[in-house]
Amino acid sequence: MAERSFKEEVKKLQLGDGAEFRGEGILAVTKALLQSGVAYVGGYQGAPISHLMDVLADAEPILLDLGVHFEASASEAAAGAMLAASVNYPLRGAVTWKSTVGTNVASDALANVASGGVLGGALIIIGEDYGEGSSIMQERSHAFAMKSQIWLLDPRPELESIVRSVEMGFQLSEASNTPVMLELRIRACHLYGRFQAKDNRRPDYTLKQAMENPTRDVSRIVLPPYNYLHEKEKLENRWPAAIKFLKDNKINEFLGGTTGDVGIIVQGGIYNTLIRALELQGLANSFGETDIPIYVMNCTYPLVPDEVTAFCVDKKSVLIVEEGQPDFIEQAINTILRKADIQTKVIGKDVLPMIGEYTSEVIRKGVKSFLESHAPSTIAAATPIMHSPADAGNLLQALPPRGPGFCTGCPERPVFTAIKLVERELGQHHVSCDIGCHLFSINAPFNIGNTTMGYGLGWAGAAAFNVKADKKAIAIMGDGGFWHNGLTSGVGNAVFNKNDNVLVIVDNNYSAATGGQDILSSRANNENRSTKHPIVEAVKGVGVKWVKSVKTYDLKRMKSTLMDALTSTDSGPKVIIAQSECMLNRQRREKPLTAAAIKKGERVVRERFFVDSDTCTGDHACIRLSGCPSLTIKDNPNPLKRDPVAYVDNSCVGCGHCGEVAHAAVLCPSFSRVEVVFNPTTGDRIANKIRRGVIGFLQKFTSKTAAA
Amino acid sequence: MKQSVRPISIAVAALGGQGGGVLAQWIVDMAESNGYRAQYTSVPGVAQRTGATIYFVELFPESAITESGRTPILALMPAPGDVDIVVAAELMEAGRAITRGIVSPDLTTLIASDHRVYAISEKEIMGDGRADDDRVREAAKTAAKRLVLFDMDAAAEATGSVISSILFGALAGSEALPFPRSAYEDVIKHTGKAVATNLAGFARGYDGAQASLPAKPVTVSAQPTVTDARIAALPQPVQAIASEGVKRLVDYQDRAYADLYLDRVESVVAAAGSRDDSHRLSVEAARYLALWMGFEDVIRVADLKTRPDRMDRIRQEVRAKSDQIFYVVEFFHPRFEEFCDTLPAPLGRAVLKSKFWRKVTAPLFAEGRNIQTAKLSGFVPLFFLARLRFMRRWSLRFHHENAMIEAWLDRLITTAQTDYDVAAELAELPRLIKGYGDTHERGIARYNQIVALLPLSAGDVRNLREAALKDEEGQAFAAALQALPQVVLPPPAAPTTTAATAKVA
Repeated sequence: MAERSFKEEVKKLQLGDGAEFRGEGILAVTKALLQSGVAYVGGYQGAPISHLMDVLADAEPILLDLGVHFEASASEAAAGAMLAASVNYPLRGAVTWKSTVGTNVASDALANVASGGVLGGALIIIGEDYGEGSSIMQERSHAFAMKSQIWLLDPRPELESIVRSVEMGFQLSEASNTPVMLELRIRACHLYGRFQAKDNRRPDYTLKQAMENPTRDVSRIVLPPYNYLHEKEKLENRWPAAIKFLKDNKINEFLGGTTGDVGIIVQGGIYNTLIRALELQGLANSFGETDIPIYVMNCTYPLVPDEVTAFCVDKKSVLIVEEGQPDFIEQAINTILRKADIQTKVIGKDVLPMIGEYTSEVIRKGVKSFLESHAPSTIAAATPIMHSPADAGNLLQALPPRGPGFCTGCPERPVFTAIKLVERELGQHHVSCDIGCHLFSINAPFNIGNTTMGYGLGWAGAAAFNVKADKKAIAIMGDGGFWHNGLTSGVGNAVFNKNDNVLVIVDNNYSAATGGQDILSSRANNENRSTKHPIVEAVKGVGVKWVKSVKTYDLKRMKSTLMDALTSTDSGPKVIIAQSECMLNRQRREKPLTAAAIKKGERVVRERFFVDSDTCTGDHACIRLSGCPSLTIKDNPNPLKRDPVAYVDNSCVGCGHCGEVAHAAVLCPSFSRVEVVFNPTTGDRIANKIRRGVIGFLQKFTSKTAAA
Repeated sequence: MKQSVRPISIAVAALGGQGGGVLAQWIVDMAESNGYRAQYTSVPGVAQRTGATIYFVELFPESAITESGRTPILALMPAPGDVDIVVAAELMEAGRAITRGIVSPDLTTLIASDHRVYAISEKEIMGDGRADDDRVREAAKTAAKRLVLFDMDAAAEATGSVISSILFGALAGSEALPFPRSAYEDVIKHTGKAVATNLAGFARGYDGAQASLPAKPVTVSAQPTVTDARIAALPQPVQAIASEGVKRLVDYQDRAYADLYLDRVESVVAAAGSRDDSHRLSVEAARYLALWMGFEDVIRVADLKTRPDRMDRIRQEVRAKSDQIFYVVEFFHPRFEEFCDTLPAPLGRAVLKSKFWRKVTAPLFAEGRNIQTAKLSGFVPLFFLARLRFMRRWSLRFHHENAMIEAWLDRLITTAQTDYDVAAELAELPRLIKGYGDTHERGIARYNQIVALLPLSAGDVRNLREAALKDEEGQAFAAALQALPQVVLPPPAAPTTTAATAKVA
């Protein structure tokens, strides 16, 4: 079960012709796929398209009804390879993932499908994780489009435009026999807006038909001599076909004014930000009306040379608003103009920054600087409407940074507490990290981890450290990464290369970091997927002899198992499977059940932790070993003491880690677990009465003697 | 190009898990049912996991759309100088919004909760690493056109609701949006979820904004009325600390012990003499002396855990109802050392040294213990352990601590006569000694290391003390020790600028 349920929202997918659809960008994309007669969809979750996968999973009954197959792919490579179905058959297919990381993983399949070309429309919806809120290296998917000759759509960030891009994307793909990427930036994926719906369409050709009537065309296979033929086809047939389609269907838009010495060329995805920048500078209104001509590239690869030259020919200079680096578009436009011998000046990364997200403020400054040099009268005539921001002085220094971290009660935290405690005895170790929530270990308070080389590559990232040494290297991997590729790239690789090191697999029942999607080893019943395949079996299956499963919250065992693994003289890989259900998902599952049980009058014990501020000395060692958001600090109630005391706030879910830490690290006697009883039984009441009677008597007795 | 109606921009700054998304959705639903078109977006991603994040909403009147026949181009992120309303679910996030430039003094209504959710960088510090809240409160006062700032976390707690409903109420109460109160309430009612508590929270938020409740009142601790003649004779700034010290030490041991405390305070005050016009030395010495004399031994811990008022405090903190049964499980991990510490000093010393006893008792101390203080099996042993207070003065721990306290006091008194500033720094040195077990031992080790290096300058003592509290691993402390001027180096020669000057010439 995913973190967010779209069960209600997916009903909107059934809206028919003319109805108004209101909802999030990813839901609109799904609707557009159904309106386009898609036959199959697949993908791998990851922000910002995790919700697209969740929507598809929740929409499975609707998809099945329409004859659409949805595959929760094992990885982006698996999803990319799925597009092979469109090579021989007129099947429309779409896949999705987080980019550029997912595109990296998928690039083998993508290069193949792009080389052989497609018959049915093949659409790759990529969530471009660039700029604010991003969790990955800052790169552009644009380069993948260029290297494999895949067309890249970058629609204006409003639902009408996004939906049209999906529909046109399939047509473009079919017209040019080329897979098409649809790039959605993070804010566009989560954008709530509206568009006019159309009826859903059943696929014209079905997977069943294809399976029962297989056709084969050897010239579509990437092997000599056809690989050479493909390159020729790409340049001589598919590219011109694409350009023609883009022109004929007016995919790119000429907006704004029609005259003037200057113009702006912008990627579709940042059009709204550009308009806001112009508006603040007094050069546009809220409807996007402006005197400055704007060429909006809803397709950023390939460029349409005729459109570019037509836009530039009567202008002295143009500004290219292109986010990220290298400045592929700017370079391409320069080449186009140079070849056409057009002398229009091309300004881009000289007034706009080379790197970073193009926010409205960044673009406003860039446009202003461009116009000041190239159209001074335009900028002089405009009256900026922006207000001045408050002067923050050096307030920023006073603000604590607040990055992401482990959630309250997270079962991954004890793994790192254990590593910290083990390192106190065995010294620091090289730790190779992976992708997933567990990567938060690199930050305070754990400060554990040296590198992260990609999803599922935690152990492969430590592969070189396979020599005799006095310390072993530790690798971390999540269950998500394990099934994505870690089983082979990490575990199989270590077995084959006779690696003696230690791998900790964090098994929390879900692909948790991406939003709690089910995976092979999930323990929940999932009617549409086959789950409950234990990691331990897979690990043993590839030949690991030393495997131990530990409940993460059992800190003592977690620590001793790590000690065993790190000090073991056995040869061969040591694998520890650290298990406990993701707390976020567990709470979501259990909270309503507990509430219902209490309501029904059943005896329920709710646990949470408590710190005695009388005995807490304000050293915060517990916080340094736990890092739980609910374990925080408050003013010291003792007026003599200056340092704040530890305090457990009401978000505590009673996971028990605090108590385990207090025991394992011999911290302090301040931690207590409080067990609140709902709907006590008669037995509870009688026992309580006796206890309180005796305790009260003893306490009264002492207060009397003290007074005397 | 014609001027047009402008959209209303609303930025919601929150932490992952605070319900910023819910609040934004409420705003969207309300606007859409009241003649406005809404666009909403966010960058949740990884920030969803407790990080700081911004949700962004823009509203545009449908009437203007009908009139012009055009659709507005709405933004996907807040632009500096263009945000009408900033809602911050935590104080520092309000500060962050100001530093992002999205709060304008002539435009923005800033609605912020005056409570703190501490960041890990503030919590993990061994001393007090909390950021300066007042700087943000000060900045907020002048940054916005209108400021609504009150503790919405407390309001949520009081109404049993969540902070998003308080913020929604405060947004309504600020009257920054063109919607009546009922429009907001309808949205909450339509969700059908926790309607009663959310409406209660909403009402509290609304009233809070309407009253423009002032920011957290500055708490002025009332001066205790001093009845004890000995305390009254102390310099005025020392009196509050000394009476608190006396109160705590009577509670800790007995009146005689508190009298010993006063003897010691008086001797420091006398030694400080006329150089102590700031009373820094005597105030800090009185503070740390009281804390040190009330060191947390096993008897003290057992005592505190069996106090009658403790259960009431727990009941309140865990929000159990007045008649609700609850049990308390204490996590203790007594060690052999603590056992010896509690024995009478000569015996304790002998047992501590004895390998035999250590081995025999090892199973007793190998594991942490979970003790049920609300049940008799746990309460009774602790209760009787606490009654050992009468023999505390003979315990090994007491001997240790008392010897260290006396050595510290002697040093304070002698140093005060030669170098007042150093003595004042030394007075605060016991801040390093806290915690239990390893933590306590580490503190003592660093304390002793500094003392062994004396004489040092006042600045050096302060630097070392602060560095010792920086990190557990002792990196900052080691660096501070390294930085001590062992030998006074000659001042570095002035940089030779001739070559550069020559080139320019």
